[in-house]
Amino acid sequence: MQVPYRIRSLAEQLAQLVLFVGDIGILFAQAIGYLLRWRWEARETLLQMALIGAQAVPMVVITSGFTGAVLALYSAKLMLQFGVGSLAGGAVALAMARELGPVVTGVVVAARSASAIAAEIGSMKVTEQIDALRALAVPPVQYLVVPRLVACVTMLPVLGVLAFVTGVLGGYLVAVPMGISPTSYLLGIRELVDTYDVFAGLLKTVVFGAIIALVGSRAGLRTEGGAAGVGRATTGGVVVAVLLIYVANFFLAYLLFGGR
Amino acid sequence: MNSLGDAPAAVRVEDVWYVVDSRRVLQGVSLEVFPGEVFAIMGPSGCGKTTLLKLIGGLLQPLRGHIWIGPTEISRLSEAELAPIRKQVGLVFQYAALFDSLTVYENVAFGVRRHITRRGREVDHIVREKLEMVGMAGTEHLYPAQLSGGMQKRVGLARALAMNPRIVLYDEPTAGLDPIMAEAIDQLIVDTTRRLRVTSLVVSHDLTSVFHIADRVAMLHEGRIVACGTPDQLRTHTDPVVRRFLRAGGIVVDEEEPQR
Repeated sequence: MQVPYRIRSLAEQLAQLVLFVGDIGILFAQAIGYLLRWRWEARETLLQMALIGAQAVPMVVITSGFTGAVLALYSAKLMLQFGVGSLAGGAVALAMARELGPVVTGVVVAARSASAIAAEIGSMKVTEQIDALRALAVPPVQYLVVPRLVACVTMLPVLGVLAFVTGVLGGYLVAVPMGISPTSYLLGIRELVDTYDVFAGLLKTVVFGAIIALVGSRAGLRTEGGAAGVGRATTGGVVVAVLLIYVANFFLAYLLFGGR
Repeated sequence: MNSLGDAPAAVRVEDVWYVVDSRRVLQGVSLEVFPGEVFAIMGPSGCGKTTLLKLIGGLLQPLRGHIWIGPTEISRLSEAELAPIRKQVGLVFQYAALFDSLTVYENVAFGVRRHITRRGREVDHIVREKLEMVGMAGTEHLYPAQLSGGMQKRVGLARALAMNPRIVLYDEPTAGLDPIMAEAIDQLIVDTTRRLRVTSLVVSHDLTSVFHIADRVAMLHEGRIVACGTPDQLRTHTDPVVRRFLRAGGIVVDEEEPQR
């Protein structure tokens, strides 16, 4: 009996999803295993921290700065109309701490680094460098995935802090000329934002970092078919990482801020 | 027949099957490689030579059958269990598979630092010795992209030899090289086999090279070994497939093809 095309296609997509989740789970477990046994490459990790963290600073500063500025542009005017202009700083800071800082950081780093990770590991795969690692008895997960995972989960919170600060600053630079006094902008932050908001937001970036490293690495390690395959892996890595960041963001927001 | 005495096999392959996407790449391949010999596997493109080499190197697992490296059966070992075996087996890849982000020095030192010694002076000694052995002294600071194909293969050999392997596997060592460079690589294979007393297993479709360097040759055709013996024995082989392949490769066969 012929299985209808739609059912076959759905079954294939479901199988791909199961394979993807399984791959990510195995990669994560293996990486944690190497970390716990203290088998990781310090030099490669530092290099990745520089590539993923330090080199992303300008992009994070620009995107989060303008995000804070736009937020202030909308909220300051509205709040002044309703006589609560003193809360504008708080509104910008709260949004940046809980939501926009982590998400902007995650998306920017995903765009830069998930693609870079997938492309680098993917081209190593198609040129047999991954096989060369295995032939030299060096597990690819230990040499390639662990440093990128460590770099992402440590550097994203740092970038998240930077995003929060520049977002608040961007909002300040817009809100003050619109008629909100500097003091009330800063007092508004003290009024509405507490340390939990900032730390919970940074916790989100840790999860986003793990998503970026694992999805990018998985895309690279699964690369097949030469240069075209590397291109597909790169695009796939970014798309899936960004989608997962948004999905994870909802559940994290629900868990961390749902009752607040 | 063991032309090198009755020593136990360095590599033994027994009834190995390998399937990719329901295509039978290898169909019951069996062979033995004895210590200290240069054993070549020849055959047309796509006949399963490289697959067989990767199975012997532990980079792939057979669907069925057994592979021994010395006394150890490797066909069902995990990646972790394969690590000590891989340190005994050097693999020289078709396109060298040098790590393109590392210099020549770092490539050769890669396995040494992880498995032999971390002491700078000892690493230095091993790297320089192996580079000198393959005629690449003075290129330590160069990156793979700055080397020609032949030079990359030499560095790939130095990287494999740096781990002091008992067995060296060569995947198409002369493919894509000019005749002079191909001859130099052939000589290097023979020299290293004799000087370091390693066992060499060469996969190639370059018959001039194979008949120049090999103590024994096996011919793989459509996933099966159709002939195995010394170069002289192959020249007088009666199988029409073997005779046609040898003639096409410029090897003089001794007699006319027998009537079927």
